Formats: sequence, C-alpha cells, structure tokens
Amino acid sequence: MGEYLTTIGLEVHVQLKTCSKMFCACSTDFGVDPNTQVCPVCLGYPGSMPVMNREAIRLTVISGLMLGCRINPQSKFDRKSYFYPDMPKNYQITQYDQPLCLGGGVEIEVEGVSRTVGLTRIHLEEDVAKNNHFATWSGIDFNRAGVPLMEIVSEPDMETPAEAFAYLQALRQLLVYAGVSDCNLEEGKMRCDVNVSLRPRGQVELGTKAEIKNLNTFKGVFNALEFEIHRQADVLQGGGRIVQETRRWDADTGQTYSMRSKEDAHDYRYFPEPDLMPVVLPPEVVKEWESALPERPRQRRERFVNDLGLPEYDAGVLAADKDVGDYFEDTLRYVKRPKAVSNWVMTDVLRTLSEQNLPITAFPVKPEALGELIELAETKVINSNTAKQVFGIMLAEGGGAKAIVAARGLAQVSDTGLIEKVVDQAIAENPKSVEDFRLGKDAALKHLIGQVMRLSKGKANPQMVGELLGKKIGRG
Amino acid sequence: MNALNTLTAHDLLARMQQGECTSESAVRAILDAIGRVDPVLHSYLTVNAEASLTQAREADAARRGGDDRPLLGVPIAVKDVLNVRGQPCTCASKILKGYVAPYDATAIARLRAAGAVFVGRTNMDEFAMGSTTENSAYGVTRNPWATDHVPGGSSGGSAVAVAADEAIAALGTDTGGSIRQPAAFCGCVGLKPSYGRVSRYGLTAYASSLDQIGPMTKDVRDAALLLQAMAGYDPLDSSSLPAPVPDFAAALKTDLKGVTLGLPREYFVGGLDPDVERRLQEAVAVCRQLGATTVEVSLPRTRQAIATYYIIAAAEASANLARFDGVRYGFRAAGSEDPLSLYKRTRAQGFGDEVKRRIILGTYVLSSGYYDAFYLRAQKVRALIRNDFGAAFEKCDAILAPVSPTPAYRIGEKSADPLQMYLGDIFTVPVNLAGICGLSVPCGFTAANLPVGLQIVGPALGEEAILRVGHAYENATEWHRRRPGSESSARQE
Repeated sequence: MGEYLTTIGLEVHVQLKTCSKMFCACSTDFGVDPNTQVCPVCLGYPGSMPVMNREAIRLTVISGLMLGCRINPQSKFDRKSYFYPDMPKNYQITQYDQPLCLGGGVEIEVEGVSRTVGLTRIHLEEDVAKNNHFATWSGIDFNRAGVPLMEIVSEPDMETPAEAFAYLQALRQLLVYAGVSDCNLEEGKMRCDVNVSLRPRGQVELGTKAEIKNLNTFKGVFNALEFEIHRQADVLQGGGRIVQETRRWDADTGQTYSMRSKEDAHDYRYFPEPDLMPVVLPPEVVKEWESALPERPRQRRERFVNDLGLPEYDAGVLAADKDVGDYFEDTLRYVKRPKAVSNWVMTDVLRTLSEQNLPITAFPVKPEALGELIELAETKVINSNTAKQVFGIMLAEGGGAKAIVAARGLAQVSDTGLIEKVVDQAIAENPKSVEDFRLGKDAALKHLIGQVMRLSKGKANPQMVGELLGKKIGRG
Repeated sequence: MNALNTLTAHDLLARMQQGECTSESAVRAILDAIGRVDPVLHSYLTVNAEASLTQAREADAARRGGDDRPLLGVPIAVKDVLNVRGQPCTCASKILKGYVAPYDATAIARLRAAGAVFVGRTNMDEFAMGSTTENSAYGVTRNPWATDHVPGGSSGGSAVAVAADEAIAALGTDTGGSIRQPAAFCGCVGLKPSYGRVSRYGLTAYASSLDQIGPMTKDVRDAALLLQAMAGYDPLDSSSLPAPVPDFAAALKTDLKGVTLGLPREYFVGGLDPDVERRLQEAVAVCRQLGATTVEVSLPRTRQAIATYYIIAAAEASANLARFDGVRYGFRAAGSEDPLSLYKRTRAQGFGDEVKRRIILGTYVLSSGYYDAFYLRAQKVRALIRNDFGAAFEKCDAILAPVSPTPAYRIGEKSADPLQMYLGDIFTVPVNLAGICGLSVPCGFTAANLPVGLQIVGPALGEEAILRVGHAYENATEWHRRRPGSESSARQE
C-alpha cells in the first residue's frame, strides 16, 4: 500500500439536544413507543407547514463557534427531493448552498503529533423516520422524523483510519462540551458517512472516491476504512479502476458492499424551501452567543494545570470526558484538594466505572459524598486503608462518609495515650521483632506497625505508631 | 322575504340579530337549494347535512345566550383543498380518497371561532391545477348561467355554490387566478388576498410561494367580512405577514373621490373578447363617474408571466405533491411488492393527467443542469414582474384589469389544449407572482348572457383600497345582484 496515498473525508450527523423537533412541537425523547411523538407536520400531512426551531439554530451556531467556523449572516433552507419510506414528505428540508456555518477545524492528535483537520461546513436539517424490518413486514417509526440533525462535513483532509478515528473522538468531545448533543452512538445520535479515495504517490489530483454509509461506531469507521483502503489498493494494483459508488459497511462480515453506483445517483432537485424564511443572524446575536460559549476541553485542561496545579497527565485524563471533568469539579466544591480528588477520580472512581460499565452520571457515589470521604482521609480522621473501605461501603450501600465512619467506629485513633497502650502491648508480644528492629532490620518495624494496626482494629494513626515504636525501642 | 339561501352573509346576520330567522333555517334553505340544483351543477363533493344543522342549532342557542360573534351561524362552503378537522379533504383527487383531516386549517379555525357553519366541501380542479374544474376526479361542475359551460377553476365548486345560492359564502384558493377567474365566470365576488395576509397552514399546498386562501361571496361587503375573520399573522405559517389587520368594513365607501386607478397599457391591446372589452370600458367609465381619476400604467413583463408562473408553480408542486405516495394516508394501489412499485402504482393510478403533467414539468425544471435555465431564471423574471407592479403603484392606488380574456368556455372546449388554457390566466397570474392582492367583481354580461368580471388589483397589503373600489363600483351597478336560471326567480327584489 506504500505506493498509494489515502484521502479521507467524513460527514458526521449529530442529533441536537432540543426539547422539540426541528419544525414542529413534538418531543424528541428517545426510546418511547413507535409513532407516539408525531403530528401532521412531522408526518407530512397535507397542508401542514414547518416552523423553525430557533434553539436548533442556536445550537448549530454554538457548534460552529466552538469549531472555529465562520457564521453565515444569512442562510436558508432548501428542499432535497427523493422518495423513500422514511421520508414523510419525500423531500427533506436541509441547507444546500447557504449553510449556517462555513470553514473551521478540529484539532486532533495521533501518535503524539497534533494537527488540525479542516471543516467545509456545518448545516442543519431534519432527521428522517426509522424503518424497522420484521420477518414478513416492515414498519416505520416517525418519532425520529423531524428531529434536528446537524451535518458536519470535513475537508478531504485525513490520510489514515487512525486520523479519522481521532477526528471523530475530538469532534465528539467538543460537541459534548458545547452542550449541543449527547452524541450517544447507541441511540443513533451521532452517525457517520465516510468518503475515501486512493491515488498513486506523486499524483496531485485525488483518485475516485467511494462513500461508505451505515457507520454507527468509531471502531466501525476505523475498520471500514482499513478494509476499504485495502480493497481499493488491491483493485488499483490489479490494474483496475475504482468506480464512484456508495458502499455499505457490514460490521458482521467486516466488509463493504456496493449499494449503488454514480449512474444510479439521485438528482435531489434542490430548491429553496418556500415555507420558511431565510435565517438572518445579526452580528450582535452571534457575538452574544460567542461571549457565552462553554469552555473547550483544551481550555479546561490548561485551567486544571495552571489554576489547580494538577500534573498535565491528570488534567488530560480528567478533561477528556466532559462528565468526568464535571464530576471532578463538583467534588472540588466539597473539598478543596485538587490533587487528592484527582487521585481518587482517576483511580477508584474510573476503575469502578469501567468494571461496572457505568457512565459517571450514573455513579452511585455522588461528588458530595466523595468530597466528604476525601476530607476525612486528608485530615487523618481515617487512614488510607479505612478510606478505601468506606468508599466500598458507599458504593454498595450509599450513605455519607462521616455517617459511615461514625456508625462503624472507623475513625483513626490519634490519642497518644491510647496508641501508647497498644504499642506497649505489641512490643511485649513480639520480642523477636523488637530485637531485629533494634539491630537495624527495617522490615521488623513494618511487622510491628502491622501488629499495632491489628490490635487497634486498623484505627491507629500509622505515622504516630511508627514514631512511638522508634522512640520506645530506642531507634527514633 | 327573500329565500334565506339567497342572502349575503351580512344580510343573514342582520336578520338573525333581529330574530327574523335562525341559522338552522338558513342551513335548511341551503340544503334544500343543494338538493334542487346540485344534481345538475355538482358544486359540492360532500355535504355535511347533519353536522351543519347541529352546528347551526348550537349557533342559534349561543345567539339566544347573547353571543354575537361576527359570523355566528353563517353557512360557508369550503373548497376541498382546505383541512377541516374530521372532514374528508380529497383535493378532488383519487389519491386522497378516504383521507380525513385530523386538524383545522388556521383560516378554518378562525372562521370557526367567529361562529361560521361549514356546510360542505366544494369541487375543484385536482390539487387546484386547472381553470375549469374539469380536472376533478369526481366529475365536472357546471356553470349555473349556462350548464354546458365550465364554471372556471380551480375554485369552480365554490363559485357555483355562491352564484347558485347553494351557499351564503365560500372559501376558495388562488394560486394563479383560481378564486378570481371562477368568480368572474359565475358572476360572484372573489378576493385573492396579498401573499401572507391569510395563513396557508392547512391549505394543501400546490405552489407554496403563490397559494392564498380567499373569500368567494355575493358582494364585496361579505368578502371584507370573511377576510376580517381570517386575516392576520399565524405562527404556524412562517410566510404569513406580521402586519396589523385593518378594519376592512370601514374602508367600504360609495364614492371613489381622490382615488387614482391605473389602466395597464399591455392589458387593453387586442386579444380580449369584444364583449369582455366593452364591459371593462363601461366599468372604467363608472369608476370615473364615481370620482376616480384614471392613469395609464405599464406592466411590460406581462408577456413573460405565464411561462414564469408555470415554471415556479410546477417546480413547487413537484415537491409538494411528492408526499402522496400511499404510505401513510389516502389511496394505496394494490399489488405492490416494494416501495418503488408502491410509489409508481399509487401515483400512476391516483393522480390525474393535468397533475402528472405539472409534476413532470416541475421535476424537469428543477433537474440538475436545467435549474439555472428554468427555475432560477423564472425567479429573476418574477422579481421583475414584482418591480413592474411596484412602479405602477407609485402612480395609482389600484389597477383595473380584466380577470380573463374571455367569458366561460364550453365544457371540453379547452381541455384538449393545455397551452390555450394556460394563456387564459394571463391577467391573474402576475398578481400571484407579485404577491399582491386582487378582487374580481361582476361587471356585466356578454351577448350570450355569460358573466364578465372586473379585476381590481392592489399593492401588497392593499386590500382596503381594492375593497373600497369594488364596493363603490358594485354599489353603483348592481350587476352582482343578478342570479342565474330558475334560482333567480326565487329572489325577489
């Protein structure tokens, strides 16, 4: 494959997080019974007319601003005509030649190298219905028809499946940060079409491209590209020609299959939607939105390093997922110890989430409870082993850290008198270790501390125990 | 006393207010008239006898309770292209057979709120495509003045219902003349409001940038009355205008002092039927006698209007009618194996020839490679036509024009030649293309006793001006009081 250069462009469809559909008042809730969120407008009934969802316009512009796009001061909607059962009107209201956003880019990092993938445009359209196929019949669920759908078109600006993968991850991260979409892939809220072509090294003009549809995971995009690049390279190496066509990715077989060639391509017969007025965005409105933009992941990372003093690594992990970053910052509201919170979130919290396959928003230990626990540990009310124990209890049974510690008598003992008693007992019961320690064997001290902890049921302050042992045995 | 079905809406309202009659009796008179004449005229596709009597009784009860809403108890006929909740809305097409509207069009909701009673659904050219009402899947409608003639179209059923006293008033829709031309052919009043004056929500779209709903009535005062109830911004129609709605009745005066009327040079240069031309010249003279001054204006792009109209209207129609596919409602052809064959069979069997012709034309002009030459150019010409009217209205308050070059055609006379039929729209389509308003009022008869209409054209949102001219004119002439055939004998002046 070394003799070919690959060019990849992506079209990403993202459902926007609005309460109502693009052109009617129906709900956009996912997962309800089929055809329960429909009306004459989104069913394409005779005489019904679209009314613009202003929030969808705002969210698209916010996305554009987050991605560094130019915002079109005037854009418009068009009708795209083709017949398919999932299209209630047999035309889709979309934006053809005057999209809301132009240009922009997405910063990606692959193997430690950062670069920006250019964007062509972002436009707004309505989603189509969902066809469901059963043994002997098919059904159409129009709940999805009319949900606001943003299409983000990249430049043919990527060269490897890894870049495409990184692009999708970075794009998703930004859109989630922007608060415009959940980008939930399982619910089809983020979907992807891929364009890919190969050309011999040294050739300037791009080769003939294939478009691959039906990609609903990032891994699927990666695998489909790997397959398709090999397929096209094989064709070219065998002296063949790539035909311009649309191909379908089958995740089960791991192959792409031809759906239709360019000759069968639709003539969409775009023309301006006469039922909607052009969208005029006054500069002051765009400015206002721009001034209220949510923080970008990179800004948050820098803030974590500069303002909270976190190491770069911690900042990167915590800011990567907006919800994780939010959880971290929420916890900080209860305990002002960034590094300690970072340690807890990055280890115990994230590990538990991955073990239990939970999103952090559904994590049973809430920021307030974790904050309380960390505060107890950091002020030595409990020692670190007890802290892990309490965390486990909060996870399994819920409840606040203080309450658990109080109810179970888990508070660390720092009373010198009490500790001294136990230390004396340990010294008395372990003459061999005392002797070893006196002779300079540090391992013997560890054993002795262990004995003290056992006798104190884990509650003694280990640091105090160590100091006392040293003093008493005469090696302080 | 006049038979109740022959009354205007404002006369009927006055009588109901005086307690001289009830809405129920008016509806019964309407139903009787329909029973007598509609077997021949066929203006109605469905008559809601029981439902309208119930509505009428409710209106009467409300009136006894002190209710005096502006159209309380007035029976109105509705063109079969407007959605009325619970009623069929076939658009005179086989493809919508069995479809029952699940909602009220905004214009209907507003008339309902004003107290109107909906007596039935009137025949039309299929999807409002035609000028004769011959393109209905459910049979032709006949002109009450000469039953071997067409009533015009596409709102032919509504025009006949009003002209033959089968309704007090009716609603039509006008995309290229479909209210004004049948009003002229049948001798009633028809108003096409400015684009955006009346909400299109619930009007089954033919050409979205041209369609308007308007009243078809027995006089101009009724047109003002119905417009008053329907007009105004509607959040459900983004193209409706957020302009204040004036008191239209207050604009109705009996003189035309201080009014300047434009006479388009291009409209009076041959091609007009001689009787039509004479009636128009007489009408112009009447307006001058009423105090109007006349001035010649120029509308140089008139010749391009027909081609422009048929490109834009067909293009929009090709998309608007794509939804009729047999999947969700209406007619579905049997024997289909897959979506494509379902579409092909349903649409082949469900649409009539004229509708297919315009869908094909519209599909063609929007096709890749042809868009610029046809659709885009047509939009440019449309802008020029709008500018022509803008310039003309700098010199006058309203324009006087023919509605149609000829009186009503014989049934079948033009249906074999679509192009000839299209040319008959020459004086009405420019008004739609410009988005302005036009009123057709009766202005006399041909030697063969066929009605002739005078068109009064006003600027965008200039309904007050054209209603004033129309009212003063009809007040001075009384052509609008003439009634056709045997029904006219029931009307004693």
